[in-house]
Amino acid sequence: MAKGIRDKVVILGAGCSKFGERWDAEPADLMTEAFEECLADAGIEKNQIEAAWQSTGIDAFSVGPGAMPLSIALRLPYIPVTRLENYCASGTEAFRAATYAVASGACDIALAMGFEKLKDTGYGGLPQRSRGVTNDLYYPNLSAPGMFAQLAAGYRAKYKTDKQDLKRAMAHVSVKSHANGAKNPKAHLQRPISEEQALNAPMVAEPIGLFDCCGVSDGAACAIVTTPEIARSLGKRDLVSVKALQLCASNGEEGGFSKWDGSYVATTRIAAKRAYEEAGIQNPRREVSMTEVHDCFSITELVTMEDLFLSSEGGAVKDVLDGVFDADGEIPCQIDGGLKCFGHPIGASGLRMIYEMYLQLTGRAGERQLADPKIGLTHNLGGFPHQNVVSVAIVGRYDA
Amino acid sequence: MIGITAYGAYLPRARLQKQVIADANAWFDSGLRGLAKGEKAMCNWDEDAITMATEACADALGREAGTTPAALLLASTSLPFADRQNSVILAEAMNFDPANLRTLDVTSSQRSATSALLNALDIAAAGRGDALVVASEHRLTKCASREEMLYGDGAAAVAVGQGEILAELVGSVSQPVDFIDHYRAEGRDYDIGWEERWVRDEGYMKIVPRAVGALLDQAGVAAADIAHFVMPTDQRQVPGGLAKKLGIPDAAVTDNLLQRVGITGAAHPLLLLAQRLEEAKPGDLLLVVGFGQGCDALLFRATSRVAQWRPQRGVSGWLAAGAPETNYNKFQSFNGLLDKELGKRSEVDKTAFLSAMYRNRALTNSFVGGKCGQCQTVQIPRAHYCVNPECGALDSQEAYPMAGQRGKVATWTADRLTFDFNPPAYFGMVVFDCGGRLMMDLTEVDPETFDTGAEVSVHFRIKQIDTQRGFRKYFWKAIPKR
Repeated sequence: MAKGIRDKVVILGAGCSKFGERWDAEPADLMTEAFEECLADAGIEKNQIEAAWQSTGIDAFSVGPGAMPLSIALRLPYIPVTRLENYCASGTEAFRAATYAVASGACDIALAMGFEKLKDTGYGGLPQRSRGVTNDLYYPNLSAPGMFAQLAAGYRAKYKTDKQDLKRAMAHVSVKSHANGAKNPKAHLQRPISEEQALNAPMVAEPIGLFDCCGVSDGAACAIVTTPEIARSLGKRDLVSVKALQLCASNGEEGGFSKWDGSYVATTRIAAKRAYEEAGIQNPRREVSMTEVHDCFSITELVTMEDLFLSSEGGAVKDVLDGVFDADGEIPCQIDGGLKCFGHPIGASGLRMIYEMYLQLTGRAGERQLADPKIGLTHNLGGFPHQNVVSVAIVGRYDA
Repeated sequence: MIGITAYGAYLPRARLQKQVIADANAWFDSGLRGLAKGEKAMCNWDEDAITMATEACADALGREAGTTPAALLLASTSLPFADRQNSVILAEAMNFDPANLRTLDVTSSQRSATSALLNALDIAAAGRGDALVVASEHRLTKCASREEMLYGDGAAAVAVGQGEILAELVGSVSQPVDFIDHYRAEGRDYDIGWEERWVRDEGYMKIVPRAVGALLDQAGVAAADIAHFVMPTDQRQVPGGLAKKLGIPDAAVTDNLLQRVGITGAAHPLLLLAQRLEEAKPGDLLLVVGFGQGCDALLFRATSRVAQWRPQRGVSGWLAAGAPETNYNKFQSFNGLLDKELGKRSEVDKTAFLSAMYRNRALTNSFVGGKCGQCQTVQIPRAHYCVNPECGALDSQEAYPMAGQRGKVATWTADRLTFDFNPPAYFGMVVFDCGGRLMMDLTEVDPETFDTGAEVSVHFRIKQIDTQRGFRKYFWKAIPKR
């Protein structure tokens, strides 16, 4: 059996642009911003990068298909560059590709760059787009909040949760992320909000209100990876290594068979189990120091706490309200503000999460620095609750 | 013996209160106040002549397999397609077996339904099998017009044949006259008419008695013996006046439902016939008139079966199933009568990819899924590999019609972000009682009572309208049981 990716690859550098409504910025501007920080952090020259992966989720609204946008923006020296798209897991996919390339020995140093330019549509929310010629014939008339709102209905029905209790827990998720985002100068949304504000915000897709939704943002994030040996030879200390990289894609069973009840995301559970095994984690609630999960909507984060086995089934409402995932809680979640407040430039999000974990693990997270974190988990969920692709990445101190 | 073997109807749920039309427009035309009594049936944005026809068919025949007639005639003056046979869409929405099925659109006149019925009866008389006539109408009307007050939306279906007859054909007469009480030219949206008094005196009062008189003579039936006089017209006093002139008893005159439905145009003769068949007693004579560039007159005699047979809901059921609508703007919006700001999200390209539509028409037109021959799992859409993870058999699925299936809502939302003509957009996971599940649109949802666990049935509706190219796509939506 394969041994997995654990400790074979380390992060040599990471960078992230300011996220937000970057009316001023072209995709190339965003990429340059992230890349220059990353390159300086890695302490290498651009021509030492041997391969690169670019993740963008919605090409039609930013730069078009293919990988040239990255190669041209950074004037990469005619190296292999590949564009990756896998819904909201795209950023983590680029990281996975670069990591695997290094682990395989095919190259020594690789770059993963994710970005998205979403704010050129002329309206709020994600761009309207086709789901494919045939799917469009029968998929419901959906928006992203509408699809994730299904989780709330399923959860409520399964656990007989009172509508108001669930809404209050969802509000707590957002209040917490806003408090965290307020300490992050790169975050899209940096203003704290109150529970009342969250509860009374305009309804977007029942029961998801405006403050249950993440920011739709422009931004770029990237990481340069290499082997522990090369990192050391470059003078790096306090290495952060990849402990696990797992992906799980729906095969239509949740949406087409009769078992799934709509209260959880089946693929997250599968990917999480595999990731814990790959990372050698037996008790996630005790061993994971912090998480950055795919809080596209507050209900998604709440359910994800159960799907990552950090809360018991049906226990997330209480855990959330008890502050288990707050900045000063047992396992802080979205310490950088999350998708909710850091923002969600789709292709960049997975790499933005890695960036924050890397900062935290190297003690460079500034005002929001957690005390002595050892293991960080990131999670992306692309698509819909009943049909999606989920990535779970675990990074940690190389010596841990 | 040939005659009517089944009948059914459909009325849209929304009933626009006519008072709101008058309230909005009486400043301009105070005469509208006189017409502002009662309500009229009004299509939701996702309904048209085809979707209503589908409901009327299902009301008459149910959704069981094996109801395919020998001929399907669709009568209407408001068919969505001028060149794409509308009755074929209807046939596929009914999942009729196409192996030997005549289809025909009959249009251009308010008597298209009675004319279609005459032809259907001939098909039946020729021994070709049962023929199904469906009439459906969704006419556009100008703001503040008399027509806006008088017209309503609806559909009816009448099956004829030689089998178990509910009402046998006694006789018929058809007399064409180029009498233009109103017309609608090619490429125009609205009717243009002439003075009502002239239409009454020179039209109804002369043309109808000629045809009906000829029919009664031919059949040897006395006008006084008519028990049900179906005389569709938007002129309130015409049916009574004609009855008097012809010697038909007052009690036989059928209410034109002006204050409950509105005049459903080409569908109206069959709608009223369907209503009277619910009330007819064995032996009753039913006289049905279609008026428009002449006159069709058909005489039926109810058989002993008429009292036992019932449609799924029938006109009485649909009349009772209405929900008052007091928003005039909604009526205008649904009918595209306003230059309305729909928002940037409405501007997404809605091209119909016809080749993909054709490949997928079993799913989209007929709502046919698959049933695995190995593990019996029902699934929709049908796929190569069985969705049951314990099975996964390849190409094991038989076609499995799901249009008549009921289900329950497992998850749902009311989406205010996505573009919808009638926000919020409801959709959710429907789990079918027969197995299988689908994330699908919902329509006709009552926000106050709707929640997880709601029982639903599925219905053929408009999914998307491409105004740029004049196309519309259809699919199936779930409607909560009431």
